Amino acid sequence: MVRLFGPLVGLFFAVALLWSFGNGAYTAIKEPAAATAEHEFHLHPKEVKFASDGAFGKFDKQQLQRGFQVYKEVCSTCHSLKHVAFRDLAALGYSEAEVKAIAKEWGAKQPTFDPKSGERGERDNIPSDYFPVVYYAGQGVPPDLSLITKARHDGGAYVHSLLTGYQEQPAELLKKFPDAKTPDGLYYNPYFANLNLAMPAPLSGDGQVTYADGTKATVDQMATDVSAFLIWTAEPKMDKRKQTGWAVLGFLLFATVLAYLAKKNVWADKH
Amino acid sequence: MSFPWANEYKPANGLTQWLDEKLPLPRFVYNAVGAGYPVPRNLNYMWNFGVLAGFCLVLQIVTGVILAMHYAANAGVAFDSVEHIMRDVNWGWMLRYAHANGASAFFVVVYLHIFRGFFYSSYKAPREMIWLLGVVIFLLMMATAFMGYVLPWGQMSFWGAKVITGLFGAIPVVGEPLQVWLLGGYAPDNAALNRFFSLHFLLPFVIAGVIILHIWALHIPGSSNPTGVEVKTESDTVPFHPYYTAKDGFGLGIFLLIYCAVLFFAPNMLGHPDNYIPANPLSTPAHIVPEWYFWPFYAILRAFTSDFFFIPAKLMGVLAMFSAILVWFFLPWLDTSPVRSGHYRPLFRKFFWLLLIDVAVLGYCGGAPAAEPFVMISQIASMYYFLHFLVILPLVSSIEKPEPLPFSITEAVLGKDESAVLNANPAAA
Amino acid sequence: MAEQASIDTSAPAEEGVRRRDFINIAAVSFAGVGGAAVLVPLVSQMAPSADVLAQSSTEIDISAIQPGQAIKAVFRKQPVFIRNLTPEEISAAEKVDVASLRDPQSLEERTKEGKTNWLITMGVCTHLGCVPLGAGEGEVKGEFGGYFCPCHGSSYDTAARIRKGPAPKNLEVPEYAFTSDTVVKIG
Repeated sequence: MVRLFGPLVGLFFAVALLWSFGNGAYTAIKEPAAATAEHEFHLHPKEVKFASDGAFGKFDKQQLQRGFQVYKEVCSTCHSLKHVAFRDLAALGYSEAEVKAIAKEWGAKQPTFDPKSGERGERDNIPSDYFPVVYYAGQGVPPDLSLITKARHDGGAYVHSLLTGYQEQPAELLKKFPDAKTPDGLYYNPYFANLNLAMPAPLSGDGQVTYADGTKATVDQMATDVSAFLIWTAEPKMDKRKQTGWAVLGFLLFATVLAYLAKKNVWADKH
Repeated sequence: MSFPWANEYKPANGLTQWLDEKLPLPRFVYNAVGAGYPVPRNLNYMWNFGVLAGFCLVLQIVTGVILAMHYAANAGVAFDSVEHIMRDVNWGWMLRYAHANGASAFFVVVYLHIFRGFFYSSYKAPREMIWLLGVVIFLLMMATAFMGYVLPWGQMSFWGAKVITGLFGAIPVVGEPLQVWLLGGYAPDNAALNRFFSLHFLLPFVIAGVIILHIWALHIPGSSNPTGVEVKTESDTVPFHPYYTAKDGFGLGIFLLIYCAVLFFAPNMLGHPDNYIPANPLSTPAHIVPEWYFWPFYAILRAFTSDFFFIPAKLMGVLAMFSAILVWFFLPWLDTSPVRSGHYRPLFRKFFWLLLIDVAVLGYCGGAPAAEPFVMISQIASMYYFLHFLVILPLVSSIEKPEPLPFSITEAVLGKDESAVLNANPAAA
Repeated sequence: MAEQASIDTSAPAEEGVRRRDFINIAAVSFAGVGGAAVLVPLVSQMAPSADVLAQSSTEIDISAIQPGQAIKAVFRKQPVFIRNLTPEEISAAEKVDVASLRDPQSLEERTKEGKTNWLITMGVCTHLGCVPLGAGEGEVKGEFGGYFCPCHGSSYDTAARIRKGPAPKNLEVPEYAFTSDTVVKIG
C-alpha cells in the first residue's frame, strides 16, 4: 500500500511544484520584478570599531560616559530608555552620589498618582527608577533606544552610520526613480531601511556637546560614543558574559581532554 | 529483551539488596544505560547524538523551569519581564541565553540524530517503532519550540504566531473558526500568549515521556550499528558502561564546548534582531522568518505559489509542509532494501548526500526573503525532497545491488572473526 | 565486563594501571566539579534581583508629621511606622521600669539621640507578622497607647514595646539615619 500510494503522493507534490515553478518562471520573464530605490540605494552599516567588539572586547567606561552625555543632551528629549534604570549607570563608573545626582536632575520626571485624591503629579527620579518614558507628538515614532543595537543588524555600526549618514538625495536616484523623492518633513539617509526618516540629523555639528573629559566632540566622535553607550544599554552584562565565557571554556577544554583520555583508557582493549 | 550474555545486576550491599527487592530502580538503570546493556562495539561518533539530545532536553527543562519563575505571560509585560531577566535577575542573562541557544542546540543534535538514521537506515525492521516514536518526538519538539519563540512577545514572536496559526486558516470550511479558536481571539494576544506558555511548559514533559518509550523500544532489538549487521555473539558487543558512558562523556565535552562558545560569545547569532522590538500588531517586519530549524519546512510551505487545479496555493503549501515530516513515518516501508547501512549501498549513498544538500538548500531559501531566485530554487529543492522519499527511495532499494557485507560486527572491527572461521569450516576447530 | 576490561589492561605494568585509573577518576571528578559549579547560578537566581535590592533603602520626608501623628510608609515592601511622639507619650514610655519588660529596652535605645520624639519601627507584629493598628488616624492604639495587633491581641506601648499578648519582641527598629532634619533614610 505504502509503495503504491507513496510514489503517487510524491508525484502529486512534484507536479504541483512544477506548476508553481512554471508560473513563477513565466511571470519572472514576462514581468520582471521592478527595481526599487530602497533596493538600489540602501547601504549596509559602515565598518565601525568599538572597544566592546570581539571575544576579548570590554566596554570603555570613559567612552560610555561620553555616550551617555550625548544621549542625555541630544537624544533623550525624544527617545526613551525605559529598560535602563539610573542605578545601572554605576556600571559606567559613576559613584553612588553621582548616580543620585543624575537621577535627581534628570529632565523628565517620574509620574506619580495618588490613588486617594486621584491626582497625578510628578517627582524627582531616584536611582532605583527606570529612565522615565518620554512622549513625542510630532511626526514619526521615536523608538525606545534601550535595545536598539540588538534590534538592528550590526546595531552599533548601524546607529553610528545612521547618525553620520544624512545627505542630500543623490541626483542619480531622482533620475532613476522620480517618484522616490523624499517627502516634506522627512530626511534622506541611505542607512535607513526605506531611505527616508522623520528624524532630522540629530548631530548637526562639531562641539554640540562639551565633553567633561576634554575629548574633542566631533560629529563622528559623538556618534561613536553614543553608539557605544547604546551597545551597553542593550547588553549591560556583556563584560560579565565574556568573562564567564572564558572561564567556562577553559574548564570545559580541560575536562574534555580528560574525558578523551579516559575514553581512550576504557577502550584500550577493544580496538 | 537483552542478549543472553548481558551482565546481571548484583546488589553490592544490604541496602541495595533491600532496594532491589522493593523497587528495583538501580537494576532498571543498570540494564538500561549501565553495564547490563550490551551495545555493538563498532558504534561511531554519529551514535553520540541520542544521549546528547537527552542532555538537551534536561538542559531545556531546567533552564525553562527557572525562566518560568521570572517570566510573566501577559501581553502587556511579557517583553519587559524578559528584559528584567536579562538585566536584573541574578545570572538571568545566562539562563535565558542558555535556553534560547539550547533550543538551537537541541535541534542541531536531533537533526544529526535523524540524518544518522537516514544514512544507516536505522528505521528498518526490527526498529520501526523506535523510528516512529522518534518522529513523534520531533513533531512535539517543533510545537514546543514554536510556542517558546512566541513567549518573549517581540515582533517575530507576534508575527510568527500570526503566520503559523494562519496556516490552519488554509484548511477548507473549518479553517478560519479553527484559527480563531487556537488564538482565543482574532489575532495573537493575551489569550494566545497564555495558552502557548501553558503548553510550552507542558510539552517537554510529554516529550520526556515519549523519549522513555523511544528508549524502551530501543532495548527490545538493541542498538543498530554502522555495518547494519545484527549482533551475533558476545564478541560483537561491549557493555554500555563503561565503554559508551566514556565515549558519550567525551562527546558531551565537545558538544558543550561548541554550545558554550555560542552562548557566551555569540548568543544572538541564531536569533533575529526584530525579536528585540516589542510586538506591534500594527506593523509587520519587512521579512518574517521563523527560527533557523524551521527554515527547510518554511521553504516548502512558501514554494507553492500557484493554485493547483481546485486546491489553493496556501492549502497546498500547508499540506506539503506537514507531509514533508509525515512522510518520515512511512520510511520503514518505503525503503525495502535488505541492507541497512549506507556504507554498503552505493546508489542509496549518493542520493543520501543529495538529500542532505537539498535540505541545506531548502534551509537557506527558507531563511531568505520570499523573492526570486529563492522561490524558484526552493521549488526545485522541494520537488527533489518529495521525489527522494516517495519515488527514488523505493526505486533505489529495489534496483540497487548492495556491496558485500562483513560477516559480523567483530569482523568489521578486527578484520577477522573467529566464530566466522568456525562456522565456515567446523573441522578447523 | 567492566571488571574484565580493567583486568585485561592491567597486564603490562602496575604503573600503567595507576595512571589510567587516575585519569578516569580525574575525568569523573571534573564532571562533578562542573556540575556543582552550574548549581551556583541555578540557586542564586532565586535571590533578590538587582531591582529589588535597589529598593532596599527608602528616603522619607517627615516634615509634615505633627506631634501625636504617625504615618505608614513602605520599606522593602513592608509597612514602616513613623511616629512623632508627644511629650506625654515620651514621658509615659520613660516611666516604665525597663527591667519589668518582656523585651527590655528603653525609649532612648529605640530612637536616635536628640530625636527621641521620632519613633520609627517596622509595622510588622513580632508574633506572626500582621500589621498592628495605631498608626492610622482613628485606629485603636491598644491599652498602652502605642499599637495594637488585631490578629492575636498583642499590645505595644508608646515606645512600640510589647506589653501584653503573645508577641515575643518589641516592634523591630529598622536601620535608619536622618539625612537632614526632615528626611530620614531607612535601610
